[in-house]
Amino acid sequence: MARRKSLAVWKFASCDGCQLAVLDGVDELLALAGAVDIAYFLEASKAKVEGPYDLSLVEGSITTEHDARRIREVRGASERVVTIGACATAGGIQGLRNDADADDFARAVYPRPEELAYLPSSTAIGQHVLVDFEVRGCPVNPRQVREVVGAYLAGRHPQISAASVCTDCKRRGLPCVMVAHGTPCLGPVTQAGCGALCPACDRGCYGCYGPMEAPRTAALAAWWRELGVSEADIARAFRTFNADAPAFREEARRHGG
Amino acid sequence: MDVGAAYRVPATELNVLVAALDDAGYAVWGPTIRNEAVVVDRLDDAANLPHGRRTVQAGGRYRLDATGDARVFACVHGADSWKRLLHPPKVRLWRCTRDADGALDFAGDEPAEPRPMAFFGVRGCDLAAIRRLDDVFDRAAAPDPVYEARRNGLFVVAVECAEPGGTCFCASMGTGPQVERGFDWRLTELDDADGHRFLVGAGSALGAELLAPLALAPATAADETARRRQGEGAVMGRALDTAGLGEALVARRESGYFEQVAERCLGCTNCTMVCPTCFCTTVEDTSDLAGTTAEQHRLWDSCFTLGFSYVNGGTVREGGPARYRQWLLHKLATWWDQFDACGCVGCGRCITWCPVGIDITAEAAALRAEPVP
Ligand code: SF4
Ligand code: SF4
Ligand code: SF4
Ligand code: SF4
Repeated sequence: MARRKSLAVWKFASCDGCQLAVLDGVDELLALAGAVDIAYFLEASKAKVEGPYDLSLVEGSITTEHDARRIREVRGASERVVTIGACATAGGIQGLRNDADADDFARAVYPRPEELAYLPSSTAIGQHVLVDFEVRGCPVNPRQVREVVGAYLAGRHPQISAASVCTDCKRRGLPCVMVAHGTPCLGPVTQAGCGALCPACDRGCYGCYGPMEAPRTAALAAWWRELGVSEADIARAFRTFNADAPAFREEARRHGG
Repeated sequence: MDVGAAYRVPATELNVLVAALDDAGYAVWGPTIRNEAVVVDRLDDAANLPHGRRTVQAGGRYRLDATGDARVFACVHGADSWKRLLHPPKVRLWRCTRDADGALDFAGDEPAEPRPMAFFGVRGCDLAAIRRLDDVFDRAAAPDPVYEARRNGLFVVAVECAEPGGTCFCASMGTGPQVERGFDWRLTELDDADGHRFLVGAGSALGAELLAPLALAPATAADETARRRQGEGAVMGRALDTAGLGEALVARRESGYFEQVAERCLGCTNCTMVCPTCFCTTVEDTSDLAGTTAEQHRLWDSCFTLGFSYVNGGTVREGGPARYRQWLLHKLATWWDQFDACGCVGCGRCITWCPVGIDITAEAAALRAEPVP
């Protein structure tokens, strides 16, 4: 039998939520542990095995010089790199600093900001090294992580759709909250993956999975205006976990965000 | 067969019909209200039908209002259609497991519910939509086993619309609001000086057989007149001029007009998902982490996704204009070439449930008014 593949999970600037989501999906984790050698995953196990690694899952964004160097080491030690979550794929909520002054944030939060070492921006892993596949979400859906790992092990393409949240919303038969209730929803411009979680709870989509394959943000924003959403709120809706994803960033700027 | 003699069912007795279908061994499905919208669900009791409500529909807008009376079918359909039951949004096509010795064991598609289904309250547009799906799945050279397993033995209870919705245009498409064929029972709801009541007539031998033991009072000549008048008086929310439409649209397929509509279109797929005749699917091949089980699923897909026209190396319909054109022309023009019918039955769902209110009747009319390039 072929050698078992080794898996490493790396953390950069993030809340650990994506790693926890993977841990939370107990079935997913057990299946993962049975299928690969978990060589490095501090949230899950103390075992540390020196690289190289077959597959590295990377959570978090790059916000320090040190991390900018470390991600290159991870890339160098990994055959495949898969980024997981909005921080790693789009810079995360901390990407809000990219359109502002990071020093202002530091001064507002820390009593002695001069002791901090940080970059002025929070950037996606893909802006630093080659990424083989991106798993979106804030947090990720553990089933999608399992799918990507399973696809890698089987040598096939991951079955992950880049179409809108609406595709899943309609397959589930949920009444559209925007049409039936007048609730603003980002589903039409957001990539599927959550299974239309928020519309299922009578809420509009918050855009956790970032821009879908062909996001028509301006057309959606025009409709939101008709629904009575203010310019400031439109800008705010696009400036959350995927604020630095180009399509969302540009749309937020168009509304003064 | 002709619609047999019609019978009267007092308003309070409608459940007699639901119970009769249940007794006859059917899994009965019908419209009900969930989260302020009509959906299709299992119907255990006629009381769960949407009494006393009507839909207020416009482009990108759907609300339920009170009618102030007890009518059951004043409320037309929501986004859901019977397509969900006949052509499920996600279905397993096969599963294969590999044992320790490497032997493969294949299992077939996901089994349908063992009981045949009865659809209670199928509107004229949706009746026609089922015929369109039959053209696609049932009369094809290779009938689709998933569809057939659900379609075979289906009992259809049609209902005539007294109050079409604000985006309905079945009259233009010749599919409603009155229905003359393609059902087992036909229901008409009347609420006039003679009281709130239903008329039920059989449209098939089986329908007649199931009505016979119910000992219902025959409908009167006045009931028939009221039924006809109600149908004639039904006001459509939209209209579409279908004369020469397909040719006119195809002639304008290179029109710059598609750029304009694509400015507004989100490419979100809602129109195709809610359309009761859109049948397109994609397949997903998955395997588990241990490499011992592989499955193939079929999912609803849409010509608005980039994956839909992805062929080796790239997407054919990259731009929004090309994708909107595919939808509009398939529905109203090229469906004729493929199935000798129109792909649109005039239900208005794509108008109401388009999150930005893009209206197929308005777009078709506007394109038609453009010069031939
Ligand atoms: S609720 Fe949101 S995600 Fe669902 S169909 Fe409507 S716009 Fe799309
Ligand atoms: S194209 Fe629109 S109006 Fe026509 S059948 Fe489909 S959803 Fe209904
Ligand atoms: S309009 Fe699009 S989704 Fe609908 S049947 Fe035609 S190609 Fe398929
Ligand atoms: S026409 Fe409307 S529902 Fe259809 S893809 Fe465009 S925006 Fe979505």
